[in-house]
Amino acid sequence: MSGHSTYQPQNGFLQWIEKRLPIGGLIHSSFVAYPTPRNLNYWWTFGGILSFMLGVQIITGIVLAMHYTPHVDLAFNSVEAIMRDVNYGWLLRYLHSNGASMFFIAVYIHIFRGMYYGSYKEPREVLWILGVIIYLLMMATGFLGYTLPWGQMSFWGATVITNFFSAIPGVGETVVTWLWGGYAVGNPTLNRFYSLHYLLPFVIAGVVVLHVWALHVVGQNNPAGIEPKSDKDTVPFTPYATVKDGFFIVVFCIMFAWFVFYTPNYLGHADNYIPANPAVTPAHIVPEWYYLPFYAILRAIPDKLLGVLAMFGSIAILAFLPWLDTSRVKSARYRPLYRQFFWLFVAVCIGLGWLGSKPAEGIYTLIARILTFYYFAHFIIVLPLLGIFEKTKPLPNSISESVLAKA
Amino acid sequence: MTMHRTFTALALAASLGAAVLGTGVAQAAEGQPHPPSLKWSFSGPFGTFDQGQLQRGFKVYKEVCASCHSMSLVSFRNLAEAGGPGFSEKQVEALAAEYKIKDLDDKGEAIERDGRPADKFPAPFANALAAAAANGGVAPPDFSTLAKARTYERGFPWWIIDIFSQFQEQGPDYIHAILVGYEDAPQGFTMPAGGNYNKYFPGHVIAMPKPITDGQVTYDDGAPQTLDQYSRDVAAFMMWAAEPHLVARKRLGFQVMIFLLVLSGLLYFTKKKVWSAVH
Repeated sequence: MSGHSTYQPQNGFLQWIEKRLPIGGLIHSSFVAYPTPRNLNYWWTFGGILSFMLGVQIITGIVLAMHYTPHVDLAFNSVEAIMRDVNYGWLLRYLHSNGASMFFIAVYIHIFRGMYYGSYKEPREVLWILGVIIYLLMMATGFLGYTLPWGQMSFWGATVITNFFSAIPGVGETVVTWLWGGYAVGNPTLNRFYSLHYLLPFVIAGVVVLHVWALHVVGQNNPAGIEPKSDKDTVPFTPYATVKDGFFIVVFCIMFAWFVFYTPNYLGHADNYIPANPAVTPAHIVPEWYYLPFYAILRAIPDKLLGVLAMFGSIAILAFLPWLDTSRVKSARYRPLYRQFFWLFVAVCIGLGWLGSKPAEGIYTLIARILTFYYFAHFIIVLPLLGIFEKTKPLPNSISESVLAKA
Repeated sequence: MTMHRTFTALALAASLGAAVLGTGVAQAAEGQPHPPSLKWSFSGPFGTFDQGQLQRGFKVYKEVCASCHSMSLVSFRNLAEAGGPGFSEKQVEALAAEYKIKDLDDKGEAIERDGRPADKFPAPFANALAAAAANGGVAPPDFSTLAKARTYERGFPWWIIDIFSQFQEQGPDYIHAILVGYEDAPQGFTMPAGGNYNKYFPGHVIAMPKPITDGQVTYDDGAPQTLDQYSRDVAAFMMWAAEPHLVARKRLGFQVMIFLLVLSGLLYFTKKKVWSAVH
């Protein structure tokens, strides 16, 4: 699918370079000539938004790292010094902390879009799995970053999450001690979390390159879920996709700016403005909002080891989605039943998110168990059976036909 | 078309989630009264601190709270910086000089010298252990970030509305409520030793005795010398101490919003023009 490059530099120096390193042609074929389906809607701009957010996080993060001190006695005050004394430090810090949430909002929309339009299906399985890996790396990076201000929720969040690994039979305690670098969450923990928090975004960037590479080999899926058949079905990436992505990135930035400038602490926890204190446990230890559905799954299971397995399983199962969904029709537009189950699944995920923020007791635990069961049932029961029994609508002959039919 | 349908479905899913949320949160809110929501000059997109209020709040802090509560991340110089209480540099120099700062002289001997604008506010106790020992076992919390470190559960539908109304004032509301919330314990309430009854404190048992009463601090700008006014003023001051760049943040935010709206408009029409040949 990679568009054949028509790139022929006029400039003599660029011609000289191109003969030796055809980087101009690579950029041209990837981001200019690359054919994109002409029927993409705005849900397809979230890939661009995610690349933009990764850039924002890396740039703000590098500057923050110039002012931050990863030491248990100094970390909290160094973040406060950024907020108070560094020029525009408050802006950098709020961009970075809210940027993490925006990154996750965008990735959730991106993932659900892929689910709705069947973007994980043949020939895009590897593309999808690379995406799941990026998501997993994002979760790790977000968690590590949240510990760095060394507030109460940083400390206790780190304690709870690292304790998951103590559920591993036999070697659990050893693994946790090894993760902590000691017998409790302490200075070695903070040091290594800082190191890893700086490292992982570049690992993400590397996997993003693979993700985009795979995308450019198989081409983008589209709302009709059928592959382009002729040049009439596609438009070149530039100017069509660039201007559309550019427009929606700016629209997304309006929401981003709203949080940064007007409600910068809405998505955080008040407890994290209290310096970490190993002697005082907060009333409710709640992870960041983007982990809440998985936190609910963890706590829904009475056994610790099984809970941890269910939590990791709920993400791992995404990697098998291309084979669990047996339908040969990609887009939910032509799958009336799947469309309803899709929205039910979205509602279940939101419901689990809500339960993750509630104490694990009484009625909450019961609902969490039902929703956890449904979460897995969606993948293991609903999707395989739907592909067999669902009566799908007829597909259009081509992308241009589906566009014309709507016009 | 599909875009529209998908949005509708998303909205449906969200309201379904919200309907579920409603029941749970309402139950959780029972038993503990919410701090009253006050009107703050610094709320909303154009919010800004009231200099007079911050100066009064500082007076309350200095004369009452500072005998137990430190404010170790705030420097004297901050009091003269833009967006704050608006003291002059001369006033700040004079104020700093009222404080004694522990330091070393050039021979390495421990000395106490007069404070300078660059110094942080000295803490009332030598260390956290001394603070705890003098206050029934728990050190009084530092004021530097306290206004952002206290909150209460807003409940449905407020947690959604708050995003759009930009409500960020749980901290000052809570601080004001605590200060005006001292009451006699109701009949049959068992008060542990050293505890004080407070209507708004979680669990109602607070270690801090009622810190301030009507007429305790003299205001020279004609503001009412009441507990309610003191509480509002010191809460506003603490919000400034916790978020000294709040005014600059909201002002820059408005400029950024205008820029983004104009840019998105221009890009929208560019996009329409570029795509017009395809559709």
